[in-house]
Amino acid sequence: MTDAALLSVSRVTKRYGPRNGGLTAVDDMSFAVERGEFVSVIGPSGCGKSTLFHIIGGLTQATEGRVSVEGEAITGPHPAIGMVFQEESCFPWRNVIDNVAFPLELAGQGRASRHATAQGFIDLVGLRGFEQRHPSELSGGMRQRVCIARTLAARPRLLLMDEPFASLDEQTRMLLGDKVLQIQQQLHQTTLLITHSITEAVQLSDRVIVMSYRPGRLKRTLAINLPRPRTADILVSPEFGTYVAELWNDLRQEATRGLAEAEG
Amino acid sequence: MSATRWQQAAPALGVLLIVALAALLQFAIRADWVDGYTVPLPSEVLASLPRLFVEEHVLARFAMTAGETFAAATMALVAGLAFGIVLYRWPRLRAAFEPWVAVLAAAPLVLAYPLFLVLFGRGPLTIVVIGFASALAPVILKTVEGFAAIRQVLLQVGRSMRLSPAQEFSLILVPAALPHIFTGLRLALVFALINVVGVEFLINLGGLGQLIGELSERYDLPGTWAAIGLVVLVSVLFFVVLDAGERRLGRRR
Repeated sequence: MTDAALLSVSRVTKRYGPRNGGLTAVDDMSFAVERGEFVSVIGPSGCGKSTLFHIIGGLTQATEGRVSVEGEAITGPHPAIGMVFQEESCFPWRNVIDNVAFPLELAGQGRASRHATAQGFIDLVGLRGFEQRHPSELSGGMRQRVCIARTLAARPRLLLMDEPFASLDEQTRMLLGDKVLQIQQQLHQTTLLITHSITEAVQLSDRVIVMSYRPGRLKRTLAINLPRPRTADILVSPEFGTYVAELWNDLRQEATRGLAEAEG
Repeated sequence: MSATRWQQAAPALGVLLIVALAALLQFAIRADWVDGYTVPLPSEVLASLPRLFVEEHVLARFAMTAGETFAAATMALVAGLAFGIVLYRWPRLRAAFEPWVAVLAAAPLVLAYPLFLVLFGRGPLTIVVIGFASALAPVILKTVEGFAAIRQVLLQVGRSMRLSPAQEFSLILVPAALPHIFTGLRLALVFALINVVGVEFLINLGGLGQLIGELSERYDLPGTWAAIGLVVLVSVLFFVVLDAGERRLGRRR
């Protein structure tokens, strides 16, 4: 693993004790994310993707192995990493701008300056005009965009997202995928996306890491050599279809195994 | 009528209902359906108010009862939040003590007033302490309930942003639990007021409770009812202030 990598995951294993099912959720995973790269981790349900997300975010300790960001080992939540959770996580008592400005408030920025910064990120995620609204007045997709803007406002070096669009409908997901592409292109934000959606992974990523079903191991890494900047048009290109088919080939066995175990 | 106009008209409707009931009672007493010897005419109750102001220093008593209630409820809020956070942080303590707190909430503590008299003397301190002791349990229960209902992901956001325990408390736990805490505070004010007035009445000391006791012993029934009305006014006052406070703090959730 080179030191140049922004994020390095090396031989990470997570085993749960017998009281928690005696399960090996993540088994000997190693990979790196370079600066400016967009990497997706994809795998069937129950393959330990979310566990990996929590380990990299410093919210869960790995049983073995080491995660480091810019060479510094992760022992808890790290300021260089910004997390977006699967479950929508806006603060319902704050309006949009105060949600987005939250990390800036923590950093001690004054109201005017943090609102100015937050406004930039609100514009970036396409929520201009909704600054004073409360989350209860927004749709699920808009709320998730608020969460992304809030995480970006902290200027993390690594944006770490756990299936942020999982609870949204197909069309909203695609539009948000577009949004994430735009953000990626504007900010050159290094991003690690955990997802179970093949199209999402191919549409957004420079590289896709495929995980196997229980225990969650690294099955393969696939580089996506589609030109950037990308738009939604890419979804209908033949190359896109080839990548999707290739990933589905890998995932099908794993997903079938997961399904069989779940049903058995 | 549109929904907003209805909302504006609702409080007036409430007042109108009270006035209508008083008028009905007035009529019932005049018609001899209700015994005028035990139930005073509402008009006489109203007429007794100026007398109460001049002869019984009712303003000072009102302020005293309201002040004691406010002090008791505020202490209950501060202590209840502290207890609430302790019970929330240590689930074993919660399992051990929450049932007892619930029992405390239902206990008629006011009956133990002689004990409090011995401990704190016959003065406002005793009254405030009994009010506080009665108001504490609902604040604890509602606070724990509010904290426990917080979605885990909000706390994870806080952890991922490396909030200190104090920041987590003030920036996530309290705002998220605010509706519950306000419910607790409402109950606290009710419990405190009932007990403050009750103890004033029982030990014949202080504010409106004592006045009610004295007037009833003098068989001044219009005065007694008027004084009871003033106790209701104390509670109305607190509710108006609390409502405004909650609307300011927790708008549009």
